[in-house]
Formats: sequence, structure tokens, C-alpha cells
Amino acid sequence: MTTLPLTSPAADVDAIRRLIARHKTWDWLFGLLGVFALMFAMLVFAMLFGQMLKNGLPHLSWDFFTSFPSRRAASAGILSAWVGTVLVMLVTALVAVPLGVGAGIYLEEYAPKNLLTDIIEINVTNLAGVPSIIYGLLALGLFVYQFGLGQSIAAAGLTLALLILPVVIVATREAIRTIPQNIREGAYACGATKWQVVSHHVIPYSLPGIMTGVIIGLARAIGETAPIITIGALTFIAFLPPSPFGNPDQLISFDWLTAPFTVMPIQMFNWISRPEEAFQANAAAAGLVLVVMTLSMNAVAIWIRYHFRKKIKW
Amino acid sequence: MSTISTLALKPQAELKAQVNALNFYYGDFQALKGIDFPVEKNQVTALIGPSGCGKSTFLRCFNRMHDLYPNMRYEGEILLYPDGVNIVDRHVDPIEVRMRISMVFQKPNPFPKSIYENVAYGLRVRGLRNRALIDEKVEEALSAAALWNEVKDRLNDLAFNLSGGQQQRLCIARALATDPEILLFDEPTSALDPIATAKIEELVDELKEKVTILIVTHNMQQAARVSAYTAFMYIGELIEFDDTKKIFTNPSSKLTEEYITGRFG
Amino acid sequence: MSSIPLKPAPQPLIVAAAAGRSLAIPSMNLRRRLTERAIEAVLLLAALVSVFTTLAIVAILVWESIAFFRTVPLLDFLTDTQWTPLFDDAHFGIIALLSGTLTTTIVALLVAIPLGTVLAIYLSEFAPFRVREVAKPFLEMLGGVPTIVYGYFALLFVTPLLQQIYPDLPGFNMLSAGLVMGIMIVPYVSSLSEDAMRAVPMNMREASYAMGATRLQTALFVVTPAALSGIASSYILGISRAVGETMVVAIAAGMQPNFSFNPVEPAATITAYIVQVALGDLPHGSLGYQTIFAAGLTLLLITLLFNIIGHILRKRFREAY
Repeated sequence: MTTLPLTSPAADVDAIRRLIARHKTWDWLFGLLGVFALMFAMLVFAMLFGQMLKNGLPHLSWDFFTSFPSRRAASAGILSAWVGTVLVMLVTALVAVPLGVGAGIYLEEYAPKNLLTDIIEINVTNLAGVPSIIYGLLALGLFVYQFGLGQSIAAAGLTLALLILPVVIVATREAIRTIPQNIREGAYACGATKWQVVSHHVIPYSLPGIMTGVIIGLARAIGETAPIITIGALTFIAFLPPSPFGNPDQLISFDWLTAPFTVMPIQMFNWISRPEEAFQANAAAAGLVLVVMTLSMNAVAIWIRYHFRKKIKW
Repeated sequence: MSTISTLALKPQAELKAQVNALNFYYGDFQALKGIDFPVEKNQVTALIGPSGCGKSTFLRCFNRMHDLYPNMRYEGEILLYPDGVNIVDRHVDPIEVRMRISMVFQKPNPFPKSIYENVAYGLRVRGLRNRALIDEKVEEALSAAALWNEVKDRLNDLAFNLSGGQQQRLCIARALATDPEILLFDEPTSALDPIATAKIEELVDELKEKVTILIVTHNMQQAARVSAYTAFMYIGELIEFDDTKKIFTNPSSKLTEEYITGRFG
Repeated sequence: MSSIPLKPAPQPLIVAAAAGRSLAIPSMNLRRRLTERAIEAVLLLAALVSVFTTLAIVAILVWESIAFFRTVPLLDFLTDTQWTPLFDDAHFGIIALLSGTLTTTIVALLVAIPLGTVLAIYLSEFAPFRVREVAKPFLEMLGGVPTIVYGYFALLFVTPLLQQIYPDLPGFNMLSAGLVMGIMIVPYVSSLSEDAMRAVPMNMREASYAMGATRLQTALFVVTPAALSGIASSYILGISRAVGETMVVAIAAGMQPNFSFNPVEPAATITAYIVQVALGDLPHGSLGYQTIFAAGLTLLLITLLFNIIGHILRKRFREAY
């Protein structure tokens, strides 16, 4: 065997070991760097959460959830904000889920390979990258003034629905894509129509993935502030929208859809902008509620994903 | 039981490696069972057997490839001569083993880099910076892999642009550039057409002058053509190890005979 | 669409009788086909909503911007260095807002790119399975925290912290907004980069390890170069997030337009300006109202540019193997 400076018959084994030791030092250093980076991220999160906990926790009481905002910081609460958030999310989910899931199904199961499909696909990708405040401008021009919805729950719900539409579409498509083709073939072989295949098999099997996407989308919508500020909804709201059930003339009234409102992040922004320190404690408390809401939604989504990924093995 | 002994080696043979009572486990599953096996220096030894018999698993013990994945365990020893280090010992660094023993994989797996950088990779990994020396080693390795004439004018082209056979010879050059003591081939021609296969086989025959070769193959004719010794494995056990001629003309084990005559596998 | 074609007329009665009750009666077949058609049309309509949304965004922004540019010359918009549309002495220099956007974005990227890349390499190539199982959901959660909360954190925690080191730092500044925005973007960069690295086939790593390479050598010489376009597209996404981010900058960097690239100064970004106008009470159709659409159009064009670059990179990355 030819022997070269870097070759390694037994005599050079010591040289190899020294080289490896040197390389391994670098490996070790990078591993350390990685751990530090991760710990830094965790530390930042701990500080963020700790700061809010420290300032906000003393304010978190039952009264905080059942009181309206007020000029006096101590008695101010988030009643109108969380009710507003729930109602806006209701509209958002009712609009975004059918549209997003429908679009996802169309693109995966129906869409022919043509220009229109390409345009839709590129569109969805692009919309996912449009800053949220742009949706706010769209809503301001279209929903608030063109459609005359004003600064209402309907306008806000529609805006956020359009905002999370790409999230729902992408999640639906990814979920559908994991279903193997032979499942569809099996159903067709039994004489099913396309829609039967979709409604009996494709939708049920991709449901966990779709749910994950919907929850992540809604968690994002709950925290969105910019588009709602843009439609001009930063107002002092110390009342609740009309109840859908109070009116004796109709079974369910939809007046709440056009009612003015406030939502959690807006209320929080309102308090952050006040100079008095007492309001900033309120902001911390509201932030705490908001973070717990979004993080628990994300946790549920992550749980669904991990749980069902383990259960279903194609 | 298995019919193996160093007696199969010619009397003047020099040992490059000796496998003693090697067991290998994936979790609880024992993939290799008590393998004993000599490797003669500067010869080609072929490993044959039906799919799933553990021949690739065995080959990958020689460069500790299994260490990349969790839940595995070696028992026994593979002694690498001349220094006699047990390369499957827990205390031996797998990187040290891989620097001494190179491997060519089943499917050509060049890096998404230039032809030149692919061959130079092992040298760079060893911290070599001398451009002239690297140039020299790259040319030497490409020539040894019978690829130099085909690529010398386009060393900076992406390796993906080569044909499958060329890519595999590039991978051989990559493995040769660092002057390994043993070269492992894991079914190197299974993804190639007959002409490319013939070229690789020719190459294996030439390379044994420089390096000890272990080759896993699913193709018995290939084993018969290129190797001096052949080992037949079945369900994790080494059934028979002997001179290739003897294995293919007069095997000692009934199982070996059945496999060679195509009754199973 | 292919359902079973059925010829109704020339079928001999005997055959139909012999087959017993036919499952596919022609009229039912027709109805079924119509239903299928209708469902497909409804689904297509749902898919088209995204196209309508894009068209509506472009139409509204362009429409209002045209009205705006009828009053304000495009040249002034692009070259003036002051942005004071609501003053008596009105100036409409978008540069004064772009400088804020650019500065906060750069500060954010200086945090997000190194941190995100190190995390991606660490999680993809180094971290034990256990660590990854915990770290990935954690990073996802970090990405799920509402931006308003990050804004609060920047204004009321990071700025006071920085003021202890650098007492002259004003209460509103681009530095702390940018730093927090960087932290916010880390999960996007790290998770997309990691995806790109994990997409590198295992046989490429095996080839590298078989040559005696260490983890770091494999990560830096083989995996990272192979995943480069994916990693680059994660950076692009990070940039586009930073450019479009609103609440963090509106809260922590202030809303006063300031033509400056000095991160320790307060300044408004394009997004912060839109928020500032929306907080006030500008009449619909006024010039002030139109300014936010002109600013929005500028923002959309910038993010569109980055999205296109990212799209091209991703496409190339998909073709690599």
C-alpha cells in the first residue's frame, strides 16, 4: 500500500486521534453554542412571561373579567374585550373554515392542471406573506366603507377570516396529501362518486390536520391587533353587543354582527398607550390572559397533531 | 452450523482484519449472530446471501455506520491489523474507524458539490489545506477510479450532472482519495446498468493491489467474478466462508448449495 | 369528471331483467352528475375567494393611491426626506418612513439570522431526540405569542433594561423594537431552515460520516450547502415579516417619522404610520386618509418583492434532489 502523509496505517493512528480530538473540540463548542441559543430563547420567553406575571397577576381577579373598561385603572376590566373576541372569532371561524377547507379540497382533489389552478396556488402562497396591516387597509376600504359595515364585529370577523384563510388552506392541503392514493382507489372501486370519496374518506381522515390548522389560524387571529386598529376600532367600549336571544320578535337576532366592539389585543394596546403606571398593570393582566389563550390553543393544536400522527399509520 | 476457519486462507496470507464472535443488535432484535470471519489483506472478499440475511448490516459494522442511529449495540470484536485495535469497541471513536476504512454505498450518493470538491471532501475533513497536494490527490484518486479522463476538463461541474455509473466511480474516487486501509462496497452496482457494472467490477479487481476490499453483492456471478473469498450469510449467521472457487463448485453446507443453485433467495 | 357512462335507450329488456334491479337508473345518474358538478363549482368558488382577496387588496390600494398621487407628485413622494402629511406644511417623503422600516428590520435580522441559523443546525444535526421533542413545540409557541405582547415586552422590559446600560436611550427607540422583533422572527427562521436541512437525504450525511467527518463538518460542509436555498428562503420570509410587522414598532419605536438610520433614535415605520392615522379620526376620502393607502401600497410592493425572491429560492430548493 502506498503511504502518504495523510494515510493511516497503524503508525499514524496517533496522528488521527490527535486530529479527531481537535475536530471534536469544535463539535463540542458548537453543541454548547446550540444549547446556549436554545437557553437564550427560553430565557427571553421566561422574562416575557415573568414580567407579565409579576405586573399582571395581582390584577387578575373575577372582577377583572366581569368589569367594563373604566377611567379608573383599579376598577377597569376586560368584559367587553373578551366578549368581543369570542364573537369576532365566531364570525372568523364560520367564514374561514368552510372557505379554507373548501379551497383546500378543491386544490387537492378537483383542480385540473391549468392556468387557473396555478394562479390560485400562487395566490395562496402570496397571501400568506402579505403583512396583516394590509388586510386592515383592505377591510377599511372594502368592508367599512364600500359594504358599509362600519367598525363592526362583522367587519372585524371577515377581515381576520381573510387573514387566516391561507393558514387553513395550507393545513387542509397538507393533511389531504398524507392520505394514500389507494384509499381513494378503494372507495372508487366500490362505485363511489368523487364527492362520496371526498366526504366519506378524504375529509374524515384529514380532520386532525385540518383542525390543527384551524386552531393555529384562530390563535393567530385572536392576537392580531394591527388590522383591527386599521379599521378604526380603537374606541372606548363599555357595553356589550346586543344579545342574539333577548329580542321577543325573532328567535335569533343578528344585530350583534353590526354592533361596535373591542377585542382583547385592542384593549391591551389601549392600556399600554396610557401614561399611568396603573393602566400598564392592567395591560399586563390582559396580556397574560391573551398569552394563555393563544398558547393553550397552540398547545391543543400541537397535541392533536402529535396524538393523531402516532395513531394513524398509513 | 457454520463452516468457517482461517484455514480457508492460503498459508502465506496476511490478515487485514479478524472478526470474532460478533453480535449486533437493533434494540432487542439480534441482527448478527456470533460471526467469525477473517479478511485477507489486498484481496477481495465477497459477502452473499438472500435479502435480509444481514450482509449489509455486517458490512456497516466495519465503519461503525450503525452509530449514527440510536438503540444499537455491538458485541464481540473486529480486530483491524496491523495494530489489532478492536474497531467495534465502545471506547474506539467511530470517526477514527471511518478515517481508516472507507465505504461506497448502494446508490451513488455524491454531494451537491463540484466533482473536484466531492473527491477532495475527505481531505478537507482531515484539515488538509495545501492546494497543490489536494490537486494531486484528486487526480490520483480519479485516475484510480478510472474517471480522470472523462472528467478532467470539467472538474468544477456539479457531480449530479454525471451519469449513474460515473457518479458511482466518483464515489469510489472520493473513498480512495484518503488512502483507506479497507474499502467497503455495499452492493455498488445494484443501481447501475450492465456496462457501468462491468466497469466497476474491473475497477474492483484493479484496486485490490492498493486496498483490501469487502464487497456485499446480491449477484452471485459478480461474487464469483471479482472475489478471492466468499462468505455466505443466512438470517444473521455466517453459514460458510471459503475460497470463492470452492464455494461455487463444491460448497460444504447444504444451505449454501441451495442458495447458489438458485433454490431460494 | 368521469362517472359511469350509461346508454339508456338501446338496452335489451331481457338483459335489464336478467341483471335484476339496475342500481344506476338513468335519471338518478343525471341527478348525481349534476350534484357532483354543483359541489365542484362551490369548491372552486371557495378557492377563488383567495384570488378575489388579492384583487381587492390591489384594487383598493391602487385606487386610493391614484387619488393620492393626483395631489402629491410621485417624485416628491420618492425624494422628499420629511413625512408630515397632517401638518400645515405638509411633506410626503416616504423615505422618512422607509428609514425606520429599514433600520428596525436590520436590527431584527442581526438577532434572528444568527440565532435562528444556529438553532436550526443544532436542532437538525446535533440535538438529542429528547431535546428536539421539547424544543420544537417550544419554538412554535414562541412564534404563537401575539405581537402586541412582544410590543409590551419591548416597551416596558427591554427598553428599561437597555436604559440601564445606556442611560441616554429614549423611551421610544428602534433598537429595542428591532431586538424584540428579531426574537419574534427566530422561530420562523429556525423552523424553516431546519425543515430545509432535514430534507437533505440521509444518504448524503452517511457519505460524509463514512469519510470520517464529524457532526459539525457534516453540518457545515454538506448539509448547510445542500439546504442553502431553503435556508435563504427562510431569511427572506424573516425579512418580509420584519418589514410588515406593526405592533412591536408602533408601541416601542414611537410614531414620529424621523429620517434616521440610528437605532437609538425613535422613528416611525410605514406600518406605525398607518396605525397612527387609524388611531385618529380622519374623514373618509381626505388626503390624510389616502396617505395610508399610498404607504400601504409601498409596503405591499416591498413584501411582494421579497415573497417572489423567496418563491424562486424555494422552487430551486425543491428541485435539488
